[in-house]
Amino acid sequence: MLSIKNLHASIDGKKILNGINLEVKPGEVHAIMGPNGSGKSTLAAVLAGREIFKVTEGEILFNGKNIFDLNPEERAKEGLFLSFQYPIEIPGVSMVNFMRTAVNEHRKYHNLKPLSAQDFLKLMRDKKKLVEIDSRLTNRSVNEGFSGGEKKKNEIFQMAMLEPKLSILDETDSGLDIDALRVVANGVNKLKTKDNSTIVITHYQRLLDYIVPDVVHILYNGKIVKTGGKDLALVLEDKGYDWIKNGNY
Amino acid sequence: MSNETNKITNKLVALYEDNIGDLFENSSDLINRERKIAIDYFKKTGIPTTKNESYKYTDLAPVFANGYTKFFERQKFNVELNEAFQCQVPNLNTHTVLFSNGWFYEKNLEYNSLPEGVILKSFQKASKEHPELVEKYYSKLAKSNDDSIVALNTAFCQDGFFLYVPKNTIIDKPIQVINLLRSEKDLMVTQRNLVVLDENSSAKLIICDHALSPCRFLTNTVTEVCVGENAIFDYYNIENQHNLTTQLSSVFINQKKNSNVLTNTLSLHGKLIRNNVSILLEDEGCESNLFGLFLADKDQHIDNYTFIDHAKPNCKSNELYKGILDDEATGGFNGKIVVRQDAQKTQALQSNKNILLTDNAEMNTKPQLEIYADDVKCSHGATIGQIDEEALFYLRTRGINEKEARMMLMFAFAHEILKKIRVDSLDVQLIDLVESRLRGEFSKCDFCNYNVIK
Repeated sequence: MLSIKNLHASIDGKKILNGINLEVKPGEVHAIMGPNGSGKSTLAAVLAGREIFKVTEGEILFNGKNIFDLNPEERAKEGLFLSFQYPIEIPGVSMVNFMRTAVNEHRKYHNLKPLSAQDFLKLMRDKKKLVEIDSRLTNRSVNEGFSGGEKKKNEIFQMAMLEPKLSILDETDSGLDIDALRVVANGVNKLKTKDNSTIVITHYQRLLDYIVPDVVHILYNGKIVKTGGKDLALVLEDKGYDWIKNGNY
Repeated sequence: MSNETNKITNKLVALYEDNIGDLFENSSDLINRERKIAIDYFKKTGIPTTKNESYKYTDLAPVFANGYTKFFERQKFNVELNEAFQCQVPNLNTHTVLFSNGWFYEKNLEYNSLPEGVILKSFQKASKEHPELVEKYYSKLAKSNDDSIVALNTAFCQDGFFLYVPKNTIIDKPIQVINLLRSEKDLMVTQRNLVVLDENSSAKLIICDHALSPCRFLTNTVTEVCVGENAIFDYYNIENQHNLTTQLSSVFINQKKNSNVLTNTLSLHGKLIRNNVSILLEDEGCESNLFGLFLADKDQHIDNYTFIDHAKPNCKSNELYKGILDDEATGGFNGKIVVRQDAQKTQALQSNKNILLTDNAEMNTKPQLEIYADDVKCSHGATIGQIDEEALFYLRTRGINEKEARMMLMFAFAHEILKKIRVDSLDVQLIDLVESRLRGEFSKCDFCNYNVIK
C-alpha cells in the first residue's frame, strides 16, 4: 500500500524529516506517535502533497506509484486521504457543493459517470448516519463556524464519502472531548475493511484505546526511532516522552 | 488643466454649442436652466484628472480623447423593440423599461399593472407634464456645479426615466431598466434619471445592459433618488458590457426618517467603470446598505467611489465591496463616511476586500472615516490578498483539481455579495453570470447573448 524509503524533507531550509522508513500493508492500522516538533504533521503534509515542504531525498510509493509524480488531487483520487489536524473553514463553499464536486472528480478519475443528484443525496444521507454527523452541518459552508469536534467529525464524514485506500488521521483526537472522540473513533472503525489502511498520528495514547493499531512507531527528530506492537503506546504513556528524548529506549 | 484635458474639454464644450438648438428645444425650462449652470461649471473645471483626489485612481483622459458621436434626438426604429427584445431570465417577473442609447423607448408598454398613482415615464416628458414634482427634486442632490462628470451629464441632459411612487404604495414587482446600446460608430450616451418615493412606499430598481455592438460606448448616467419617510428602496446596477465600453454611473440617494435603502453595484464587465454612490442620511432611524462586486481582467479598470453622509442620529450604514482582479486589471475603492456632530448613536461599518489573481493586477483602496460625533460605532477595513493557499490545498486533498478549487474559492468570495440580492430569480441569474465570468466564458444572459438587435 505505502512504502516510504529514506524520506528527508525540509521547510525554509530547516530539516524536519531525517530519513523515514515505513511500510504499510493493506488492512493495517499504524500509529505514529511522538513529542511536539518531531515531524508527525510534516510527514502527513508531505504525503498529501503540501508544496511548502521540500523533499530532499528518498522515495514514497503509493500502490506502486511514485507519489512525487502526483499532485495533491491525483493522490486523493488514487485513494489517499488526509484528515487535517486543523480543518480549514471555507465560507461560501457549501458542504454539498464541495462533496459533490469531490465525489464526482473521483468518479471521473476512475471512469465512472457522475452521480445523479438523487443518488448523491442518498449517499450523503447514508454516510452521515454512518459517522453520526449532525444533518445541519452539511447544510452549511465547509467547516464555517463548526466547533472543534464538529470539524473532526466532518473530516471523518468526508473520509466516508470518498472511501480512501489509505487514511492519514493527523491528531484527530486533539480538541475532542471523550464523547466526540468516541464518535470519531467509531466512524473510523466502521469504515475499516481488510483492504484499506490507516495511519493514526497522535501525541497521546488515548485515541489508541478506541482505534487499535497493529503497529506503533515512535517518531523523534524526524526519524522513526522505535517500532512495536500496540503495547508500545502503553509503555510510552507510562514512561513519557522523556524516555525517548533521553535515549533510554 | 493640462493640454490634453483642455483639448477634451474644449471639444465637449464645442459639441454642446454646436447642438445647443436641439438640446434646448425639446427640454423643459427647468432642465435648460440647470444646463446653463452646468456647462459654465464644466468649462471651468473640465473632465476630472488624476490630480483630483476623488479621481486619483481613474484617468478619464484616454477614454474621453476618443471621438464620439452623440444623438441629440430620439432615434426611430424599424423594429418594435418590445417585440425584438425581451428579457428572458427565468422567473424574473418585472416591469420592463427599455432604453435605446440613453433615450426612453417611446413605445414602452403602458405600465397599466403598476399601482394607481405611480408615474413611470420618460424624464423629458415628465419634466413637462409634472413640472412641480420634477422641479422639487431635480439637481438638488446631484448639483450642477459640484462634480464635473455630473455637470457634463446635466449639460447634455435630455432623457432618462422618471419614477414617482406615491404615499403608502408598494410596487411588488421590480422595475427593470434595460439599456440597449446600438450603434455603428463610437457613441456617447447621456442618461438622467429621477426617482421619488413618497412616505411608506417601496420600490426595487434593476438596471441591466445590453450592449453588443462592437464599438466604443461612453455612458454617463446620473440618477437622483429621494427616499421618503419609512420608504424602502432597492437599487441593483448590473454593469455587464464589453471590452470597449466606459461607464460612468453616479447615484445620489437622499434618505428621510426610518427609510431603508440597499444598493448593489455589480460590475461584471467593461473597459472602464467608474461608480459613484452617494448617500445622505438626512433624518433619524435610517438604514443604508451598500454592496458592490467587481470583476475585471485584461486591462480593464473599475473604480468605486462611495460617500455616506451621516447627518442625523440613530442611523445605520453597512458597506461591503469586494473585487477580483485578474491579468493586468486595475481597481480603485474610495469609501468616505462622514459622521456629523449631530449624528450620535451612528453605526457605520465599511469593508473592502480584494483578491488579486496575478502579480500585475493592481488595487488601490482608501477607506476614509471622518467622525465629528462622540457616541458612535464605526469600523472600516480593507484587505488585498490572494486566494487562500490553505483552503486551496484543503480542497485539492479531496480530489478537486486546482483550477476548479480556485474557481470554488473565487466564487465563494463573490457569493457574499450576491446573497445580498433581495429579488428572487435575479440572485440565481447573477450567480450563473458571475460563475461564467470567473470561468472566463461569455457571461451574458442567453437572450442577450443570441439576440443582437441591429
